[in-house]
Amino acid sequence: MAQSEQELLEQLSERAYPHGFESDIEQEIIPKGLSEETIRFISQRKNEPEWLLQWRLKAYKHWLGLKEPKWPKLTYPPIDYQDISYYAAPKSAPVLNSLDELDPEIKSTYDRLGIPLEEQMMLAGVAVDAVLDSVSVVTTFKEKLAEKGVIFCSISEAVHLYPELVRAYLGTVVPFTDNFFAALNSAVFTDGSFVFIPPGVHCPMELSTYFRINARGTGQFERTLIVASEDSYVSYLEGCTAPKRDENQLHAAVVELVAMDRGEIKYSTVQNWYPGDKDGKGGIYNFVTKRGLCKGVSSKISWTQVETGSAITWKYPSVVLQGDDSRGAFYSVAMTTHLQQADTGTKMIHIGKNTQSRIVSKGISAGRSQNSYRGLVKIRKSALKARNYSQCDSLLMGNRCGAHTFPYFEIHQPTAIVEHEATTSKIAEDILFYCTQRGLSRESAIAMIVNGYAREVLDHLPMEFAVEARKLLAISLEGSVG
Amino acid sequence: MLLEIENLRASIEGKEILKGINLNIPSGEVHAIMGPNGSGKSTLSSIIAGKDGYDISGSIRLDGQEILDWEPEIRSRAGIFLAFQYPVELPGVGLSSFLRACVNERRKYLGEPELDASAFLALMREKAAMVELSQELIRRPVNQGFSGGEKKRNEIFQMAMLEPRMAILDETDSGLDIDALRIVAEGVNKLRHAQRSMLVITHYQRLLEYIIPDRVHVLMDGAIVMSGDRTLALTLEEKGYDWIRAEQEVSS
Repeated sequence: MAQSEQELLEQLSERAYPHGFESDIEQEIIPKGLSEETIRFISQRKNEPEWLLQWRLKAYKHWLGLKEPKWPKLTYPPIDYQDISYYAAPKSAPVLNSLDELDPEIKSTYDRLGIPLEEQMMLAGVAVDAVLDSVSVVTTFKEKLAEKGVIFCSISEAVHLYPELVRAYLGTVVPFTDNFFAALNSAVFTDGSFVFIPPGVHCPMELSTYFRINARGTGQFERTLIVASEDSYVSYLEGCTAPKRDENQLHAAVVELVAMDRGEIKYSTVQNWYPGDKDGKGGIYNFVTKRGLCKGVSSKISWTQVETGSAITWKYPSVVLQGDDSRGAFYSVAMTTHLQQADTGTKMIHIGKNTQSRIVSKGISAGRSQNSYRGLVKIRKSALKARNYSQCDSLLMGNRCGAHTFPYFEIHQPTAIVEHEATTSKIAEDILFYCTQRGLSRESAIAMIVNGYAREVLDHLPMEFAVEARKLLAISLEGSVG
Repeated sequence: MLLEIENLRASIEGKEILKGINLNIPSGEVHAIMGPNGSGKSTLSSIIAGKDGYDISGSIRLDGQEILDWEPEIRSRAGIFLAFQYPVELPGVGLSSFLRACVNERRKYLGEPELDASAFLALMREKAAMVELSQELIRRPVNQGFSGGEKKRNEIFQMAMLEPRMAILDETDSGLDIDALRIVAEGVNKLRHAQRSMLVITHYQRLLEYIIPDRVHVLMDGAIVMSGDRTLALTLEEKGYDWIRAEQEVSS
């Protein structure tokens, strides 16, 4: 190809478009800027039904009336929403013939993280037809799922193949009125996952975005919807430990989970965003709205996350405990180094009777970063005998980082029991000396101690993810301990 | 000579704690250091192990090699082991994964192949039995929820796993009841051999009835003031440290 798509996009961005979009329908890219035309274009390009276009437009109109929230403990330059291109073809990473053509430094990172070879090929953009093993792995995977009636596809496909399902649940957990970024996402989302588990089905394997072949280019405004029917179970893995680089700075995804009677959803995220250079420039802004609705009786939803890397992280995976006897859990390790900032936590909303929630948050601050936990436990009057347990720990590495905890409790039911514990610590010298006296280098000792600190959360990750996450923590610490 | 300490001086924040220690320990011998509180015993063991924070002059040689500028982990891999007086807890760090990493560092240093999972587990079971440490305890994070006696036994267990050349036992008997003392001492005795030396640091001669030393030194006010054979420990027990001070005054 004489010109890459990326170059084409850059050229087009620099020109003016006095005539609107008609002349650009043949191309896969549109100029920067957001208007009603942009949304109509996206919807038409994806051949969406009218109800979805109308939903997007309502969201957009609502967004126009909102102001970007300023309450988090984050500092960043203002985002120009007109300076973003809202629809572009999947990232044109150079197509390689084999891993030998990959930048050796990137290959080395993949190896150190223990990423399996097939996955490395997918991440690196090795041409699919050159990856025979990969294709057969994916085919077997899809066959197994089809046998059980499990639906797992992109949300764009789902809109066409299962419109009634999508329409029934989209926006029911995170309505576009929820917040500024959710409204924006609802108007302009272009990609994401759709999962539906039929009643009585225990999904036979962990679902991972790796298995959606077109997952190579990440959308800025991803929309994911997972529905677990009665007596079903699914474990979903998002992200990977490989460092994710993207020219798009702003990532405003929305993830909605719905669990019916005795249904269970385990959602795990391991995210290693590009953190920007040592001065924090060019890093990803990760502003995500994630919420689970325990709709049915005895339903369960858990969020497990290991986050490192993004320049700014702003996310509160939450659970609404509507069904009686439902259970919500949030397990998180959030590491910030260099100049990163994180304001992250969770919300547990107790509505039904005998509901329980558990929060374990482990923050690790290093370098000159700022790491804040912000959590809300809300117990409505209807939530008889609700129980919550929260544990928020902060580990400070060095003298120039910060850790902050903002726990909120709104309790309107006298039979509720709420427990909260918090610790702040540093790695003591005598602990390090014990390890080095036994023969471990200082770096290995620190990695081991940090992993021990994070262990309670890491133990909730599916095994392969847990192994990668441990290595990720160790690698993220390098060069950042003061 | 396995360990040679020559004119070792150490101060912290301007205060001199060790005032010129001279000590030679041949291979295969067990030496005891006794002395009153504040004499510098723990400082001496920390400095041999490589702890940071002291101003040091003099020389410490292991197998003829100067080790004073070596990092603690290098000294460990070369064969120095310190059984801590107050072993710390490592929350969430499993004892077997911890030890496996340490054992393999030592083996790597010695040019030996690393142990795989099953060989390592077998080694652990064998050595744990030596100090009567249960399988349940071994599965826990390092020292987490261990009683004082269990922590001390864990130190000797780790010593058995790492097979050091020079083991320093820093008041290993403190806080132990008679039974625990017996178990620890028996474990230590099983580890005595011609290629290994030990430095047993203690207040009381009680431990030295179980771990019989080849040589006893008395450390007072930062210097070794008297050395003798095992009977010196008995004399001290009978006459107390004041007796030594009196002897010193007489001879000066």
